[in-house]
Amino acid sequence: MPDLCGTPLAHPVINASGTYDAIAARRVFGDALLADFPFSAFVSKTITPEPRAGNEPRRIWETPTGMINSIGLPNKGLEGFLAEDLPQLAELPVPLVVSVMATSKELFARLVGAVAEREEVAAIELNVSCPNVHSGLIVGEQPAETEALTEALRPLTEKPLIIKLTPNVADPAAVAVAAGEGGADAVSLINTLKASAFDATGEPALAAGHGGLSGPAVRPIALQQLRAVTAAVAIPVIGMGGISNGADAAEFLAAGASLVAVGTENFRDPRAGSRIAAELGSAPQRAVVAHLPLDLE
Amino acid sequence: MTAPFGRRLCEVAENRVTGGYRVFSLLDREGPEPLPGQFYMLAAGRHWAHRGGRPFLPRAISVAEAGPAANGVRLDFLVEGVGPGTERLCLFEEGETVWVTGPLGNSFSEPREVSPGAAGAVLVGGGIGVAPLAFLRRGFAERGVPLRVLLGFRDRVHQGGLELFCGAGGDLCPEVRLASEDGHAGHRGYVTDLLAAIFAGDDATSAVVYSCGPPAMLEAVRVLCAERGVACELALESPMACGFGACFGCAVPKPEGGYIRLCVDGPVVQGDRVAEVAHA
Repeated sequence: MPDLCGTPLAHPVINASGTYDAIAARRVFGDALLADFPFSAFVSKTITPEPRAGNEPRRIWETPTGMINSIGLPNKGLEGFLAEDLPQLAELPVPLVVSVMATSKELFARLVGAVAEREEVAAIELNVSCPNVHSGLIVGEQPAETEALTEALRPLTEKPLIIKLTPNVADPAAVAVAAGEGGADAVSLINTLKASAFDATGEPALAAGHGGLSGPAVRPIALQQLRAVTAAVAIPVIGMGGISNGADAAEFLAAGASLVAVGTENFRDPRAGSRIAAELGSAPQRAVVAHLPLDLE
Repeated sequence: MTAPFGRRLCEVAENRVTGGYRVFSLLDREGPEPLPGQFYMLAAGRHWAHRGGRPFLPRAISVAEAGPAANGVRLDFLVEGVGPGTERLCLFEEGETVWVTGPLGNSFSEPREVSPGAAGAVLVGGGIGVAPLAFLRRGFAERGVPLRVLLGFRDRVHQGGLELFCGAGGDLCPEVRLASEDGHAGHRGYVTDLLAAIFAGDDATSAVVYSCGPPAMLEAVRVLCAERGVACELALESPMACGFGACFGCAVPKPEGGYIRLCVDGPVVQGDRVAEVAHA
């Protein structure tokens, strides 16, 4: 039976952070959402210490078998999340993972400390695709920064800490190893790939000028990064990047993922999670082969 | 009213030309009858990514008419092929299947829900945006709401949706007045000229204005209504990946700062609840 760092899960398919608002979905689809919840664990949108409105539109742009987004992490902030959203997310029939992001160790510590206190929360995912205000560096792009942050947060909770890796690095395995050294219980990958598009008038298609690419277009890249990471670390790895059916998910499991996450496909199919889990269950080969040798090394 | 959870396959019952547009009908065997203003996320069951991997995401299309049919609900959609998604929708053949999620979003209000003293409704539509107003007009007419309908079109090609405002005999409903930019029908100029004339000439300030159309037209309607203190509901459009609040792509600025998600907080928005309607 698949598990999330020790918590048993009904199947290996969860959601990618920021790709499913279970509270909004319940308003739209009613309690049918809970009766047939698509994921075996639910990962929240990323929470920041203070509320964020998100980026100016235009925020999304369709690309061949994918999309670029620059949403900008709109969220209610820590207090709003704990007071308004957490009680509703606690009603979901699956374990809850809360994704958090901050611009310093101290602010990250505030988030992790406050979220970890709540018994509704099964695990915490650290979104490290953000700059550290002190160094100016993107934490998740630097093994040393990633290790130092994980190490600083590790003593704050016994709950599993999952580090969400960015694919926008030459060597994601080095960052994954650093996360493990810092005490992470698991890593998840990939986040979106930095991307741009221009509209018919020659202007940047997104108001922010650039965004992150997701969808089937990124899948082969995700699989290679996943191979590299699973070969390098012993902790569980949650694989994601363009998974849209059971065969895709089987590839990620074959590449060593313990669990898979569905992101962009949720936008096309609100029940993609359960569909992919069912397709995976009926797939002819469901081999979980960890640590495949890398033929390029 | 909630939508059935998830997407489902519906069959294309009909697809016909109307001016430069198409009107296609789907037979929905599972969903409830939608309300005017609501929309569906639509994607062809096959050959969706027909142009080099696009379209990829489903397309949000508002309902132009709906009603009971044998074994389900008939849903009519007015579309103009302007990109890979809408061009594929225009190619629908009778009997082919379509992924459908919905009905989604909110709906237009009754005049008295918007403004307690409202005596009637003025519908202002432009181009392809007349679609949800056709559905709204029929409901208002059936309930005896005093009604005026102002429709604007660029030219004859872009007046494809006009037939949705015709009675069984094929004649335009009597409460409809037209404007065309090329002068081929009705007033030569903008539909907002007709709205301004109504505001200048009579007691339309006791009506509620309902509008859908190009962003520049909606902004003109919003400003006219604000100047006259007339309540209005605007059906807006925004790029949308999911339609059910997941993607946060369809952000529309609020007057006080911050954003609404048009899919779950709209697509119908009170005129005073939206900042300037962004237009080129």
